[in-house]
Amino acid sequence: MLATIASFINAAIIQGIPLLFGSVGEIITEKSGNLNLGIPGIMYMGGISGIIGGYLYEHYTEEPKAFLCVLISFLASLLGSALMSLIYSFLTVTLRANQNVTGLALTTFGVGVGNFFGGSLLSFFGESGSISLINTGLAYKTKLPFAGSLGLFGSTFLSFGFLAYLAVIIAIVVSFVLNKTRTGLNLRAVGENPATADAAGINVTKYKYVSTIVGGMIAGLGGLYFVMDYTAGAWTNDGFGDRGWLAIAIVIFALWRPKSAILSSFLFGGLYIICVYIPGLSSAAKELIKMLPYVVTIIVLVIASVRNKKENQPPQSLGLTYFREER
Amino acid sequence: MSKEKKVREPMFHIAKRSAIEPWKAWIIRLISIAAALIVCALIIVVLTKENPVQVYASMFKGSFGSPRKIWILLQNIAILLCISLAVTPAFKMKFWNLGAEGQVLIGGLASMTCMFYLGDKMPNFILLLLMFAVSILSGVIWGLIPAYFKSKWNTNESLFTLMMNYIAMQLVSFFIMLWVPNGSNVMGLVNSTTQSGWIPDLFGKKYLFNILLVAVLTAVMYVYLKYSKHGYEISVVGESENTARYVGINVKKVIIRTMALSGAICGLAGFLLVSGTNHTISKNLVNGNGFTAIMVSWLAKFNPVVMIVTSFLIVFLQRGAGEIATTFRLNESVADILTGVIIFFIIGCEFFINYQIKRTSKHKEEK
Amino acid sequence: MSKPAIELKNISKTFGSTVANKNVNLTVERGEILSLLGENGSGKTTLMNMISGIYFPDEGQIFIDGEEVVIRSPKDAFDHKIGMIHQHFKLVDIFTAAENIVLGLKEEGRYNIKKVSARVAEISSKYGFEIDPDKKIYEMSVSEKQTVEIIKVLYRGANLLILDEPTAVLTPQETQKLFAVLRKMKEDGKSIIIITHKLHEVLAISDKVSVLRKGEYIGTVNTKDTNESELTEMMVGKKMSLNIDRTEPVDPVDRIIVKNLDCINREGVKTLDNVSFTARSGEILGIAGIAGSGQKELLEAIAGLQHVESGEIYYNNPKTGNTDNLRDKTPLQIRDLGVRLSFVPEDRLGMGLVGNMDIIDNMMLRSYRKGKSMFLERKAPKDLAENIIEQLEVVTPGPTTPVRRLSGGNVQKVLVGREIAASPTVLMAAYPVRGLDINSSYAIYNLLNEQKKKGVAVIFVGEDLDVLIELCDRIMVIGSGKVTGIVDGRTADKSEIGLLMTKTDGGVVNE
Repeated sequence: MLATIASFINAAIIQGIPLLFGSVGEIITEKSGNLNLGIPGIMYMGGISGIIGGYLYEHYTEEPKAFLCVLISFLASLLGSALMSLIYSFLTVTLRANQNVTGLALTTFGVGVGNFFGGSLLSFFGESGSISLINTGLAYKTKLPFAGSLGLFGSTFLSFGFLAYLAVIIAIVVSFVLNKTRTGLNLRAVGENPATADAAGINVTKYKYVSTIVGGMIAGLGGLYFVMDYTAGAWTNDGFGDRGWLAIAIVIFALWRPKSAILSSFLFGGLYIICVYIPGLSSAAKELIKMLPYVVTIIVLVIASVRNKKENQPPQSLGLTYFREER
Repeated sequence: MSKEKKVREPMFHIAKRSAIEPWKAWIIRLISIAAALIVCALIIVVLTKENPVQVYASMFKGSFGSPRKIWILLQNIAILLCISLAVTPAFKMKFWNLGAEGQVLIGGLASMTCMFYLGDKMPNFILLLLMFAVSILSGVIWGLIPAYFKSKWNTNESLFTLMMNYIAMQLVSFFIMLWVPNGSNVMGLVNSTTQSGWIPDLFGKKYLFNILLVAVLTAVMYVYLKYSKHGYEISVVGESENTARYVGINVKKVIIRTMALSGAICGLAGFLLVSGTNHTISKNLVNGNGFTAIMVSWLAKFNPVVMIVTSFLIVFLQRGAGEIATTFRLNESVADILTGVIIFFIIGCEFFINYQIKRTSKHKEEK
Repeated sequence: MSKPAIELKNISKTFGSTVANKNVNLTVERGEILSLLGENGSGKTTLMNMISGIYFPDEGQIFIDGEEVVIRSPKDAFDHKIGMIHQHFKLVDIFTAAENIVLGLKEEGRYNIKKVSARVAEISSKYGFEIDPDKKIYEMSVSEKQTVEIIKVLYRGANLLILDEPTAVLTPQETQKLFAVLRKMKEDGKSIIIITHKLHEVLAISDKVSVLRKGEYIGTVNTKDTNESELTEMMVGKKMSLNIDRTEPVDPVDRIIVKNLDCINREGVKTLDNVSFTARSGEILGIAGIAGSGQKELLEAIAGLQHVESGEIYYNNPKTGNTDNLRDKTPLQIRDLGVRLSFVPEDRLGMGLVGNMDIIDNMMLRSYRKGKSMFLERKAPKDLAENIIEQLEVVTPGPTTPVRRLSGGNVQKVLVGREIAASPTVLMAAYPVRGLDINSSYAIYNLLNEQKKKGVAVIFVGEDLDVLIELCDRIMVIGSGKVTGIVDGRTADKSEIGLLMTKTDGGVVNE
C-alpha cells in the first residue's frame, strides 16, 4: 500500500514537472499583462528544438558525451522557445495585435513545427523510423547518485533527472523576484496598470518583451523535460497532448503565484494519472476522472471571481495592448 | 554648435491614424498576404528543395485537382465558416469565447448519442430532427455556463471557455469507451448499413446539404448583425457597456442571449460534422477548427461575408499543404506551419492600418 | 544670474487634425511657482505631458538649466528631475503606498520595502502629510491618493513639479495644506508649475502666470502686477460679459421631487447624503460644487443608473397627472412609465455615444426599440441625423462618419441634439460645455434655454460659476454629497456660492 502511494506521488511529480515549467513561464508572462495562449505551442517548440539540437549532435559525433548532449539540446530548446516568444512579443507589443488571436496562431504554428520536424527530421537525413535519442535521453535521466541508497524516500522524492529540480528552483526564484525585488515590483506594475508604470519611468515595452521571452523559455523547458526525461529522448507526434493548456489552467488555480504553482502542478499531475492508481475503474470511468483538473480549475476561477478579492484577480490589464499616446 | 550634442532624438514615433481609406487598408492587407505567401514559399523550398512554382501548383491541385477535392474543400470551408459564424456575435460583444471547440464537440456528442441509441428505432427524418434539436440545445448549454458566470460575477470568460473544451473532450472519450467495449478506443462508422441518422445526399452530392445550410446561415448572420435590433445591441454592448446601460440595454440579458446563439450554432456545426460528414465521433472531431474559427472571424473583422474569403484562404492552405505533404512525402503538419505564418502576417499588418509611423521633424536651426 | 530651471521654445503638437499646442514658450526659474492658466481644452495638460514625457512634441525645443534636452519618455523626465502629478492618479491599486512610491526607481542597494516605508514616513512628517505607507491604494480616499502622488515625486527628489488641477478634488482645508507644502518646496529652491483655471488660487499661490488660449501661448505676467479681470481677459480673449439671456420661468410646476436621497458607492463611502430638492418645469436648475461631490451619482440615480440606498424620486407626469416613484427603476422601466427623461452624461464618448458608430447609428441608441419588427429602421434616425447636422451646424463629412472622428464641440452637439429630439419633459446635462470653445458653449446654452422656454425642467451641472449665475434660475450647491444651499440665480453672487461649495459639515467623506 505504502509502495503504491509512494509510486503514485512519484508519478504525480513526474507528470507535474512539465506543467510546472509551463505554468511558471506563463505566470511571468501574464504578470506583464500578456495573456500568452501560445504557451502550448511554445512547449512543443521547446521539445522539438531540444530534440533537433540533440539529434544533430548525436548524428555528427562518433561518441556523444553526456554533458554536451545535455548542453546542446538545452540551449537549442531555449533558443527555439525564445524565438517563438519573440514572435508573440513583436506582434502583440510592437504591432499591438490582439493577444488571443496571436496566441492561438502561435500554438497552431508551434504544434505544427513540433509535429512536422518530429515526423520528418529523420527523413531529411535519409533515415527511417522514429526519433530516439538514447544518449541524450539517458543523460537527462541521470539521477542523484545517493537517491538509490535512501530507500522509499529516495525513490519517491529524489529519483528525478536534473530538470525536475530545476523546475522547482525556477519557481522559487521567480517567486522571489516577483515579490522581493525592484524588477518584480516593476513587472507587476506593468501588468496591473501599464500607464502608471510608464509614467513611473518603467520601460513597459522592454518589460513585456523580456518577461514574455523569459517566460516562454521557461515554459519551453517543460517540453524539453517531456521529450528528454519523460519519454527518454523519443518523439511521438501529439505525444505532449494538451498539457500546455493544463499549464494555463494551473496559472489560474495557483492564483498567479509561482510557489503555489509547485504544489498545484504536482496535484494536477496526480489528477492526470490518478485513474491508473484507483483499482477497479472501468476505462470509461478513467476518462471521467481525467476531467477533474479542468473542473477544479473552473471552480477556482469562479470562486475567485465571486469572492472578488483584489489580490486574487488576474493582472488588471491582462490581455490588453498598451499604447502610450492613446487618447 | 561646436559641441556635439549628446542627446539622441528618436528617428520616428508612432501615432494613431485618424482615418484610412478602405482601399488603402485593403492594399496593405493584400501586400501582407503576398509577403506571407513568399515567406511560405521560402519555407517550402527550404524543406523540399523544389521549385516554388511547382509547389504552389501542387497546392492548387490539392484543393481543385478533382471534383472530389473541390467538394471536400467546400465541405471544409462550410464547417469552418459555420463555427466562425458561431463565435462572431460573441466576439463582437467582446466576449472572448475560446470554447467553440468544446461547444461543437458537445453538439456532435449529442448527435452521436441519438444516432447510437435511437438509430433504426424511428423514421430517419424524425431522428434527424431530434439530433438537430439536441445538438443545438447541448451547444447552448455549453455556451451558457460561462456566460452565466460572466454576467453574474464577471468571471474571466476566455479562461473559463478554454477549460470547458477539455471537459467536453473527456466526456467524448468517456462515451467512446462506453460504446466501444473492445478497448480499441476508436469508434467506427455508426449505423453504416442503415445510414440511420445520416444526413442524406442532396441531388446525389454528399456534402451539399452542409454547404447550402451554411450558405444560408452566413446570409442570415450578416443580416442579423447588421440590420436586426439584437445585432445592434450586440455592437453597443461590445463598444461600451456603460453606454448600453445608459440607454437601458440589459447587458446581462444580451450576454446570455448572444452566448446562447453562439453555442447554438456551434452545436449545429457539431451536428453537421457527425451526421452530415463523419458519421462517427472522436476527441479530435473538431480538429482545432474551434480555434481556427476565431482567427477567421477576427481576420474578417467580424463580417460574415468576408469570412467566406478568410475561411477559404485557410482551408485552401490546409488542403494545399496536405497535398504538398503527400507529393513531397512531408509531414502534414506543414499546413499548420503555413497557417501560422499567414496569420502572423495578417494580424501584424493591422498595425499599419491603424497606426502610422511619423518621422520626427528636425530642429529649425538644423534645416 | 542662474539659468532658468526650464525653458520651452516654440513647442507645437497636433493630434490628427486638432492643434493642441502651437508655438508655446514658457520659462520657470528656480524657486518659483508658475501658474499655467487657460480654459478647458486650451492645451495646458498636453503641454505638461510633453515635459513629463507622455507625449513627444512635433516641433520645438526644451531647455533645462540652459541645456537642450530631449524628453522621450517619463524616465527621461525623471532623469531631468521633473515630476508630474496627474489629474487622474497614476497608481497601481493593489500596491501599497510605499510600493507605488518606489515604483520604477533604480536605487542603490538591495530593495527593501521597510526602508522605503521609513523614508516615506520621514518625508511625510517633514511636510506634515498623514499617510500609512503600508496601506493599499484601493483602500484610500482621493486626497490620500493625491498625497501618495506628491510624496512619490518628492521621494524622487524632483526639482520641477507639475501639478495638474490638484485642487479639483480637494476640500478647502486640504487645498490650504497643499499650498503650504508647495510654499515649503519653493523655499527649498524647487520650481513648481500648477495647472488650474481657478483664478483665486492663481493669485494666492503663484509668482508668475502664463496663459494659454486654444493651444496658443498668450503671455506671462507677474502675479503681483495683475488682477482677476486682466487674467480673465488673457484667458478668454475679451472681457467676460457672458450675456446669456435668461427669461422668466413660465408657470413653473414641480416636475421632479427628490426626497432624502442616500447613495453609497462600492467602497462603502456615502456619495449622496440626504439630498432633497425639486426641479420645476420651465426652469433651469443649476448644480454647483467641487468636482466629485456627488453630481454624477445624483443624475445617475434619477436616470435609473445608480443604486439608491434610501430616499424617493417622484416624477409628476404632465400627461396623466400621476405621480410616479422612479426609485430603483431601470432606465427602461422609467421610459415605460412614460417619463420623458433626457440625460446628457459627463462622459460623452464613454456613455452618451458610441465612438466607433456613425452619427445615424448613434441617433438610434434611444429609439431603436420602436416598433415590433425585429429589424432596425434606419430611415427616421437618418433624417434626425441630417436635421441635427444642419440645425446645430455640426461640422462633419456626413451622417455616416463615426462620431469618434468629430471634434469635442461637434460630438456634444450630436449628443445634446439627440437628447433634445426626444422632446423631453426633464433634461439633465452634466458639464455639457466641458472642453468646448466659446462659440460651441453658447450654442449649448441657447439649446438649454430653448428647452426651458418649451416648459422642460432642465437640470444643469456646471463648473463655471459665472455661467451658472447667468444661466440658471436657481442654483443648488452640493458639497461632499450634501445639499449645502439652494440660491436664486438672479441674486446670488460668486463668493456666496463659493463658500457653500466648500462647506462640509464636519467631513463626511475623505477621512
